[in-house]
Amino acid sequence: MITIQACLDGILLGILFALIAYGMALQWGVMNIINIAQGDLVILGGYIAYFMYLYGIHPAWGVIVSPIIMYFVGVGIYKLVINKVVDRDLFISILATFGISILFMQLMNFAFGADVVLANSGYGTTFLFDSNVVLPNSKIFSAFISILFAICLVIYMKKSKLGRAIRATAQNSRAAKILGVDTEKVYAATFGINAALCGVAGALISITFTIHPYMGLPYTIRSFMIVIVAGLGNLPGVALSGMGLGVFEEFADYILGTEFRIGSVFLLLVLILVYRRFKLSRKREYLK
Amino acid sequence: MNKNLILYVIILAFGLTAPFVFPAFKVQLSILCVLIILAVTWNIQGGEMGYNSFGNILFYGLGMYLCASVQVGMFFPLAEWTESGGEKTFVHTPAQFFQGMAVGLVVAAVVPTIVAGLIGYSILGLRGHYFAICTLGLGVAAGEISGGIEIIGAGQGFTTPPFPNVGGLEARGEFFYFCSFFALVLAFITIRAIYSTRFKLILNAIRDNEDKAEAMGIETMKYKIIGWMVSAFFCGLAGGIMGGLVGYIDSTDVAFDGREMGVFMVLMAILGGKGTLWGPIIGATVFHIFKEGFWTFFLGWQYVALGVLIVVIVIYFPEGIMGWLREKYPERFGEVVDEADRKAQVELK
Repeated sequence: MITIQACLDGILLGILFALIAYGMALQWGVMNIINIAQGDLVILGGYIAYFMYLYGIHPAWGVIVSPIIMYFVGVGIYKLVINKVVDRDLFISILATFGISILFMQLMNFAFGADVVLANSGYGTTFLFDSNVVLPNSKIFSAFISILFAICLVIYMKKSKLGRAIRATAQNSRAAKILGVDTEKVYAATFGINAALCGVAGALISITFTIHPYMGLPYTIRSFMIVIVAGLGNLPGVALSGMGLGVFEEFADYILGTEFRIGSVFLLLVLILVYRRFKLSRKREYLK
Repeated sequence: MNKNLILYVIILAFGLTAPFVFPAFKVQLSILCVLIILAVTWNIQGGEMGYNSFGNILFYGLGMYLCASVQVGMFFPLAEWTESGGEKTFVHTPAQFFQGMAVGLVVAAVVPTIVAGLIGYSILGLRGHYFAICTLGLGVAAGEISGGIEIIGAGQGFTTPPFPNVGGLEARGEFFYFCSFFALVLAFITIRAIYSTRFKLILNAIRDNEDKAEAMGIETMKYKIIGWMVSAFFCGLAGGIMGGLVGYIDSTDVAFDGREMGVFMVLMAILGGKGTLWGPIIGATVFHIFKEGFWTFFLGWQYVALGVLIVVIVIYFPEGIMGWLREKYPERFGEVVDEADRKAQVELK
């Protein structure tokens, strides 16, 4: 029974990770930057929902409010910092966003305090298999909303004018520029959409799990891991590896103990990278 | 060369007399020495080799835990020591303390070197940002995992043996200052020596184009691993000294502190100018002064300042102080400047 419980928990959790990873893949593919502050954007989105909860609004509305606010936060970050690192070495973007991440962590710590908080949705729980498997309804709700947002985004990227411009820029930014795409605007919009996705994920996390100002980095690492396993622009892959990661985490939690949960995630990243490095080195290639 | 010799003598003389001239700053000066060691050794990877590592903190933390564990474990049961959480049930005699410290520092330097050699083949095969993220993961994983191990204190931390009651009140600071200063001198001499050999050229070749370096018949992997082992040796040593100096080891806040030390060493090297011998030293000194000022006067806002500082340095000042000086006074760096060409360039701008 515990296996089914861990698998179901893991899959529902993994869908959330996949949503964050989708944003990561989007900005990585389009702008060629790796955003270490991704996880902090998630946590900030979570705090927006939490504040709505404190002021008596049902936190589920955060799913709509949080991405709108986070979109503008994302565009702001882009205009201030990211637009200066887009064309440069990837390490510059890693370090610059690491700086943003530290800044955000501390500002959130000042603004919201260092307590672990949770926005109670009051959705109750579902019992399966004679009450042996317990699923909070909020988890099911969050997985459902994640899938909904992902589908909307995919359709938007396929059909809309901005979506086409984003895909064109990802393929070849110079050619897109020549053909009249305002790449600067496309980059800003991409980063904004990424931040909005983080906002949705954060609002859902604040309902289902807990949030804390310093919890951002694990989310960044998880989404990075999902993206390198799935590859850029491989959406089913992102969803699958997200769920795989979620199940792995639940099992690591169950077998090794909660104190090793985050550690095992980071260790898994190292192992995946090393595994891929050895696999490629047989052909005298390396991860690009 | 002669001018350099005078400079070294002045610095050495300053280093040897500093704790007596500025007795109030002994701890700060020891921390500065440790910071310089970290920056200079990071520069072997980040500056010379082009492998931007966030993972050197792994060796620093490992050295810190190893030194303290050996120092305690040589004479007392380690598990009971950490269980008592620093209560003075076991007291080191002065002889035990110094013996333990000496053996501990050797272990703290050697074991990380071996670890670097063992994992080097796997990790250093990654390039560019994959290497950066992988080492970042390695550092955080080490912190999280060591925070779950009971025998070294788990979440409640590890109190290192208190300094024995010998030689008056000033003795503790002077002891740790000279430890860190001699470690720094050792690190500087080693790194200067290896930078004057073919080794540095090979590292630079790896940075500029690894595939071509391999095609020229250089066994790049061997040199990358050796470079990482040199870094690991001094990071471990610095960690061991720092553990004794701080007196308390926590897994994520002191030892594997990716948010402070792990970023500091990168930042100091970039601020000073990576890929130069003196750059990281200047960068570390400037950074330490800045940091102490901020940590004292704007307590609580230090991480905000740190975040802003990282962004500003990385975006607007990536060449560092040495790079800026080099642009301004190229003659001093032994570059031959064609005056006519330079003027023409200025006019073009």
